[in-house]
Amino acid sequence: MRPEDPPAFAAPWEAQTFAMVVALHDRGLFTWSEWAEALGEASRDGDRPADYALWLETIERLLAERGVTTAHALADRQTAFARAAAATPHGEPIALTNDPGP
Amino acid sequence: MAHDHHDHDHDHHDHHHGSELSPMDLRVRALESILVEKGYVDPAALDALIETYESKIGPRNGAQVVARAWVDPAYRARLLDDATAAIRELGFGGRGGEHMVVVENTPEEHNLVVCTLCSCYPWPVLGLPPVWYKSPPYRSRAVIDPRGVLAEFGVTLPGTTRIRVWDSTAELRYMVLPMRPAGSDHLDEAALADLVTRDAMIGTGLPLSPDQVVRS
Repeated sequence: MRPEDPPAFAAPWEAQTFAMVVALHDRGLFTWSEWAEALGEASRDGDRPADYALWLETIERLLAERGVTTAHALADRQTAFARAAAATPHGEPIALTNDPGP
Repeated sequence: MAHDHHDHDHDHHDHHHGSELSPMDLRVRALESILVEKGYVDPAALDALIETYESKIGPRNGAQVVARAWVDPAYRARLLDDATAAIRELGFGGRGGEHMVVVENTPEEHNLVVCTLCSCYPWPVLGLPPVWYKSPPYRSRAVIDPRGVLAEFGVTLPGTTRIRVWDSTAELRYMVLPMRPAGSDHLDEAALADLVTRDAMIGTGLPLSPDQVVRS
């Protein structure tokens, strides 16, 4: 029996995070060296694993630094998604259009 | 007639159970929806990327490279001379493998790859890195105490074997060419590839021996 390759991602959010970073890199927002530098700095600061949670944190910060979005806009959108989820029957797709508003 | 008519009004337990997203899901959805709105990413392209890394890119690619090097001395020479080009010959390359170096294990020298900065890894040949590769203990101890790290992975080398540690970066990513296992002379290239584990190509493992592998 040949060794089974472990799954690339442990959860869908890891996969989405990875794909967003790659897509933004391919679009020219940063080079891989810049990315590694940003990720490495964040990892060193807290002695943290360079895992997908750190990827997400790093891309959020990088995008804010580049003026693509802001921490505030991200937080607002997260709240909107939480409301949309609460208003969506279990098992149905959660879309922002389900957000009943504050 | 006076039927004792219970008007049940069909109490169906119809109360509405909403959904919930984990904190990480919320963050990823928020970020993605903003990036889509602004035209920075396309959801279909993200799905295609995920599909590629989940099913097409992984250590089986690297195993094919290693097996080819074991059976074809000219290929092995090209691989050690210009890994990027030799790996490209087998159809692997691109993102995360633009500049590759392959380092060869010998009885005198064992190679171990790490990214001390973060998690740089040769994606086209090995896929995405395992969790331990990204952890601070591996990243620091691989350099300070490589023999101790290898022991934790169950690899014990003769005291006479030197260990060289290679620090991958975004610019330059390393892969180990392990030694062909004893007793594998009769195997063809495909069977040899089955002996090559991911860890053997990072240097934290050794290839399987032929008796560890039963081909179906």
